[in-house]
Amino acid sequence: MTTDPLIEIAGLQKAFGRHRVLRGIDLAIPAGSAIALYGPNGAGKTTLLRILATLSRPTGGSVRVAGVDIAANPEGIRQHLGLVGHAPLLYDDLSAAENLGFYARLYGLPAADARIADLLQRVGLYERRRDLVRTFSRGMVQRLAIARALLHDPAILLLDEPDTGLDPQAAERMTALLRELGGSARTILMTTHHLERGLDLADRVLILAGGRLVFDASAATLDAAGLRPLYDHYVGTGAA
Amino acid sequence: MKRYLQVIWAVLWKDLRIESRTKDVFTSMAVFAVLALLIFNFAFELRVPDKAMVTPGVLWVTVAFAGVLGLGRAFITEKDKGSLAGLLLAPVDRSAVYFGKMLANLLFILVVELFLLPLITIFFNVPLITPALLLILLLGTIGFAAVGTTFSALAVNTRAREVLLPVLLFPVMLPVLVAGIRSTIGLLEGDTLADLGNWLQLFLFYDLLFLVVAFLTFDYVVEE
Repeated sequence: MTTDPLIEIAGLQKAFGRHRVLRGIDLAIPAGSAIALYGPNGAGKTTLLRILATLSRPTGGSVRVAGVDIAANPEGIRQHLGLVGHAPLLYDDLSAAENLGFYARLYGLPAADARIADLLQRVGLYERRRDLVRTFSRGMVQRLAIARALLHDPAILLLDEPDTGLDPQAAERMTALLRELGGSARTILMTTHHLERGLDLADRVLILAGGRLVFDASAATLDAAGLRPLYDHYVGTGAA
Repeated sequence: MKRYLQVIWAVLWKDLRIESRTKDVFTSMAVFAVLALLIFNFAFELRVPDKAMVTPGVLWVTVAFAGVLGLGRAFITEKDKGSLAGLLLAPVDRSAVYFGKMLANLLFILVVELFLLPLITIFFNVPLITPALLLILLLGTIGFAAVGTTFSALAVNTRAREVLLPVLLFPVMLPVLVAGIRSTIGLLEGDTLADLGNWLQLFLFYDLLFLVVAFLTFDYVVEE
């Protein structure tokens, strides 16, 4: 078993014009770990995930996945990434099965029909597979987005506030689904404002504030009640 | 290469499927084209002695303006729905996404042109439906779709994107518009395709140039 980290981030910086969003992030993420990344709005969480997803280029520093610089082989890295974000990356005017079929073609998946049927069963949408996504509730859309992100069985799952806009029941169901489908072999990096939900999924907790990682600890040593004062200390009272 | 072609086909299939359900792009382009034709028809009826003289200009200007409406939607819808990131996450060179989008745009504009040609023939009493003119239109539309798709992707990350697209596109499109109008005039005056060799070469050069430029630059164009 290798001890090398799956994701290595070194001196990562990102600026939009004069506005520096990330100010030097150093982070090593071992394979199979699940990380909850907290931070206030504007801390740089989404920017960090977009860089990891090869959707944005860093201004400085480097990101390596399995030892490969993502700038050198972005296509190869994308094969191993799944992303669930604020937006579901789905098409309202395609059915659930058509959306997954489209992404299966993008990823060149063989035997896609069986995989799509299996995932739709597991996210509880198989009976609605022929319905247009525009007829789905927000919770159903987000479950379908999870199926989309896992379609190609990625080694790394990036979750950017996947609970945004969900009611508590839908958010709980989504968390349970991620726990079930995430799998222990998959590396998960999740941003969220919800301290309990992050702790529920993660084995490691990070806090990003002002473009820097200001806190890094094992989730095993924390509960939500203990994390709250730490969070408030690092990012300001009531920020989450 | 097979994966690359699969992605082109997937993006094309997806856009055609969505358009077959919503008809958003076709409706907006076709309605605009008909209105433009009506306005041209009434305007020229009052002042122009022979409407056939202005038919080539009417044809290409209507196609250009109607086409911009469709091209503008190509990436705006993806961006607004947040699905653009899904396309860009595909594990292939992003130019495959460009070619899928470009082919969809090309088909949408060609369908509008096929709808437009009989109308212009009726309104302006000029026989436009000939194999030679269809070829000229095809070559011009490839160039238009090639440049328009690139600029549509470029404009989508800007605030004034609806305004920026025509402002960027029309100056670059000028050679195609001029070649199209000149070629159409020639065909209406009895020239053969052989007589229009220089214009055809210009079309081919332009189409190839912008397809290659898009292939090389699309990854940077779509980035924030």
